[in-house]
Amino acid sequence: MAFVQLLSAWLIPITIAFILLYGTVKKVPTYEAFVEGGKEGIQIAFSIIPYLVGMLVSISIFRASGALDYMMNGIKPVADAIGLPAEVVPLAVVRTVSGTAALGMVTDLIATYGPDSFIGRLASTIQGSTETTLYVLTVYFGAVGIKKMGDALKVGILADILSFIVSFFIVLLIFGK
Amino acid sequence: MVNLIWVAMAVIGIVFAMMNGTMNEVNEAIFKSAKEAVTISIGMISILVFWLGLMRIAEEAGLLARIAAFFKPLVRRLFPEVPPNHPALGYIVSNMVANMFGLGSAATPMGIKAMEELKKLSRDQEEASRSMITFLAINTSSITLIPTTVISIRMTYGSASPGEIIGTTLVASTISTIGAVCIDRYYYWKRTRKGGKR
Repeated sequence: MAFVQLLSAWLIPITIAFILLYGTVKKVPTYEAFVEGGKEGIQIAFSIIPYLVGMLVSISIFRASGALDYMMNGIKPVADAIGLPAEVVPLAVVRTVSGTAALGMVTDLIATYGPDSFIGRLASTIQGSTETTLYVLTVYFGAVGIKKMGDALKVGILADILSFIVSFFIVLLIFGK
Repeated sequence: MVNLIWVAMAVIGIVFAMMNGTMNEVNEAIFKSAKEAVTISIGMISILVFWLGLMRIAEEAGLLARIAAFFKPLVRRLFPEVPPNHPALGYIVSNMVANMFGLGSAATPMGIKAMEELKKLSRDQEEASRSMITFLAINTSSITLIPTTVISIRMTYGSASPGEIIGTTLVASTISTIGAVCIDRYYYWKRTRKGGKR
């Protein structure tokens, strides 16, 4: 574990040093290139704002009204029927929509049931193996001004469902109930 | 479909609040989340400026092209519409590598650059191209080598083995990424069958 922590602390600084040295060796005007490239970042950040405001407001209305909780209560009996712990089902739904909410939920599940319980391990695996699809789509498409997402949303959501199912079976297979 | 989901979430939420008596919570949530969205976007400036600056150096030094060349066989199959030596491939690969190592802050700027390059290749400037959809399919299922955040939460709550979920996470995310690419291919196949529209 110590190695993993060390690795994550060193990775970014090492990458930075490597890029800077590589640029210097290849005779790139490093500082000027950095400034030029960095300028783009400001523009991009501002263009994301309307996309993100729109999406987050809609999601938060859905959540704050209690509709999300209601929907999850509806899913619970289905989950029980296939042997899925009902406590984890809300996470699967929220993971796709909101990253911070999902992280809060994972922390809560781990705190309540213990990190080494079936639920704790499953929640950990789900959190690690999926992304906040709606957020990723909003930011990436928003940054470049794509308004029609095409099949991207469908593909992303189906991939999330698949990821959730796979997580369940892998954890069941490796650690047992 | 985005329009539909977007409107549905808001309208269902508001109607639900009428019946449920949670209108005050909804009111508060609207303005709080709007503010949060702006805070997130503005907060991204530092990361975007820093990494895009650094990536410009990497690009000019030819480092991106080298990384892309290394993963060429794989990336070319995933993105057949992108010309072999196009800068988009370099950004796509860097984004994937950063994601694998859990460097979300570095992955996002590179991903955005990749999208920008893909947009240059696209005929339609408003609609997502085939390559963009593939790229986002891979991104949303994300292959993670070391899920650092989860490990640290597990540590906090006294896990006997915080890192034991690295294996399951890796397997789950690999299978789901492969699955995502298959789903993406299926929808592409469906699109092309329907009257040749991309």
